[in-house]
Amino acid sequence: MGRTEITAIHPGKRLGWIGRWSSLLEDRALLGVAFVTPALALLVVFIAYPFILGIWLGFTNTVIGRKGEFIGLANYISLLKDALFWKVTYYTFLYTSVAVFFKLILGFALAIVLNREFLGKGFVRAIVLLPWIIPTVLSAICFWWLYDTTFSGITWILMKIGLISHRIDYLGDPTNARICLIIANVWRGIPFFTIGLLAGLQTINPTLYEAASIDGAGGWHRFRHVTLPLIIPLLAVVTTFSTIWTFADFQLIWVITKGGPANATHLYGTLSFQRAIVGGQFGEGAAISVFILPVLVICVMITYKYLRRED
Amino acid sequence: MEEKELLQGENEGISRRDFIKTGLAGAAAVGLAGRPLDALAQKAKEAAPASPPAALEFKPEKDAVLRVLRWSVFVKSDQEFWDKNTKKWEEVTGRKIITEYISWEDVRSKAAMTASVGAGHDIVLGWHDDPHLYPDKLVDVTDLATYLGKKYGGWEPVANKYGISAKTKRWICLPVGAPSMCMNYRISWMKEAGFEKFPDKIPEFIKLCKALKAKGRPTGFTLGKAVGDGNNNWHWWLWSFGGKVVEPDGYTLCLNKKETWDSLDASKEFYETMIPGVAAWLDPHNNKAFLAGEISLTGNGISIYYAAKEKFPDVANDMDHANMPVGPIGKPAELHLFNEAFIFRHCKFQQAAKHYLQFMFEEPQYGPWIDAMRGYVTPSLKDYKKLPVWTADPKHTPFRDTMARMFWNGYAGPIGTASAATMAEYVVVDMFNDVCVGGKTPKAAAAAAQDRAARYYKAPPPKPPKKA
Repeated sequence: MGRTEITAIHPGKRLGWIGRWSSLLEDRALLGVAFVTPALALLVVFIAYPFILGIWLGFTNTVIGRKGEFIGLANYISLLKDALFWKVTYYTFLYTSVAVFFKLILGFALAIVLNREFLGKGFVRAIVLLPWIIPTVLSAICFWWLYDTTFSGITWILMKIGLISHRIDYLGDPTNARICLIIANVWRGIPFFTIGLLAGLQTINPTLYEAASIDGAGGWHRFRHVTLPLIIPLLAVVTTFSTIWTFADFQLIWVITKGGPANATHLYGTLSFQRAIVGGQFGEGAAISVFILPVLVICVMITYKYLRRED
Repeated sequence: MEEKELLQGENEGISRRDFIKTGLAGAAAVGLAGRPLDALAQKAKEAAPASPPAALEFKPEKDAVLRVLRWSVFVKSDQEFWDKNTKKWEEVTGRKIITEYISWEDVRSKAAMTASVGAGHDIVLGWHDDPHLYPDKLVDVTDLATYLGKKYGGWEPVANKYGISAKTKRWICLPVGAPSMCMNYRISWMKEAGFEKFPDKIPEFIKLCKALKAKGRPTGFTLGKAVGDGNNNWHWWLWSFGGKVVEPDGYTLCLNKKETWDSLDASKEFYETMIPGVAAWLDPHNNKAFLAGEISLTGNGISIYYAAKEKFPDVANDMDHANMPVGPIGKPAELHLFNEAFIFRHCKFQQAAKHYLQFMFEEPQYGPWIDAMRGYVTPSLKDYKKLPVWTADPKHTPFRDTMARMFWNGYAGPIGTASAATMAEYVVVDMFNDVCVGGKTPKAAAAAAQDRAARYYKAPPPKPPKKA
């Protein structure tokens, strides 16, 4: 196309170097490659290379300051024999499934409420985003203090009201600590679901609801047969994204408990950091990170499937 | 290295030849004319004419720029004096220093990256096992360590252990000091509980804890994943009963033994005197709880006293420090954070780096710096125990002696990758947590902890048989 136009503008003239250069840029295939190259280079350097290096390290016995040797699956076999690793696997799956479930339910409910007309709607929508906007470390520090057995504001209020007489050991007890961290994660993650789904809800044509109402559908039926089928692709994408982030969570746990008490709240991410960076066992730490991969791959496949359907 | 040997000897691992070599270099040296180091050397000669230290002559390279990585300050005056001393060195030598301060817990990972990549910072002030993770990447500082040891009354025994590589028997770092731990207690509450003096033996100490708890004044000792307080508390407790993770050979594990079970049994009694929540405490928790009057007794650095003096004078007046009590082992067996300065081999200006470290360790710089930190860092050179800070306020004095009372991380094995990984994994802290909070029996907890340690402490591969 482009070349034809150039020839039409300068009929019979030989192209100078500027002309030749611009004609090159008019080449669709070449221009496409030129545009993609910087992004691709960034991806290769900052994503693909560390990713492949991480996988490679998992097959080596690299420790801090020393080059490792290839040891095959030894790190993985050793991890599978490690009781702590299984404890961490259990909590990683528990943390992800419970937290994502509650984020989904509460986030969706909030989105439906915010989709209605009410006074101060814009303000409330902005406020809802706050937990998502605040840097994780800051919100983690807030929770750290809320969950402090001695100084917790929650305990103080409950004691003032007279609901409890003893202090609550939020993070010292393994079960309590696990629940508390899931709550903190749910609090942080709800806005992502709310805002994502709210955007989806607003694209639903109101005439569909009107038609359903005329056909005698009540609130539940309108939700079940109009809202839900239309929002499911977006719901799947939002949920898989959230699953990826929750599964690979690090900051919240590291700031609040560092995996304690007695390793009850370690996730793959924190255990990997503890062993690789703090403990200097790069190979083993990398191998732990690789265990995150299968779940991430499944999530990516789901997202990909629904994103394609959206197209 | 045998413990007896370590506790007796100083300048261990330095051969006679090293002394002669350094001495000859010193004799030939013309000193650092017109520079403060020269004056210092002179002063030292006058002070100890019987055995003058071998003078050193490092010649900072032209246009040297040194990048220094160190921990961000615990007390404000630390940075003020460190920077002032650095500036003084820049003025004296005309060379440049770029100092980067980062959170103390992050120094290890950044230094590790520097070691792995072979580029980055020239000098690092790292922690515990750091230099022993990559001894072959560090500049030999035997000359400097020998000189400083000779000039300032010798290194504390444990400083030899941290300073000298177990592999090469050469100094790979200069022990800077130990931000150490003592018992922090409320004087009036201790007296209320019927004790006039802070106990120096563990059985009496437990009695005090129980009496305090009975009076509604619980104790609070970090049992969570706190790099400093958590590790220090529970290594002290384990070692005081004679327990240890590994034998001196560095691979025979000995955690699952009677001494450890005894320490775990006793820890249950100790734990019952504590405020709820300690199982998840990180480093700052006990400071806040003590200052708020929620706990009567804790193990901590001098930071609580420092904060109390500034903001809670009533607490400061009513509190005091004591060294950690001695257990059935019959001698002090403490663990403290330990800081070392080391130079990477990739440093292009190694003479300048050594010159800088020497300058920073000399009395006119090191003395005011330690004084300014009000006792936060206990020096590793014995003569610096005479600094005014240790007696200016009697409440500082217990911190003066902590380094002489400590073992090293990974005791009784060597300092290295396995000891670093075992500490990073909180094997010892978790073992006590398992018994006190998790309800495991001492034997089960000790066996599980030994299994965890076994992941890192491995026997060396057998040597191939020699051909006849």
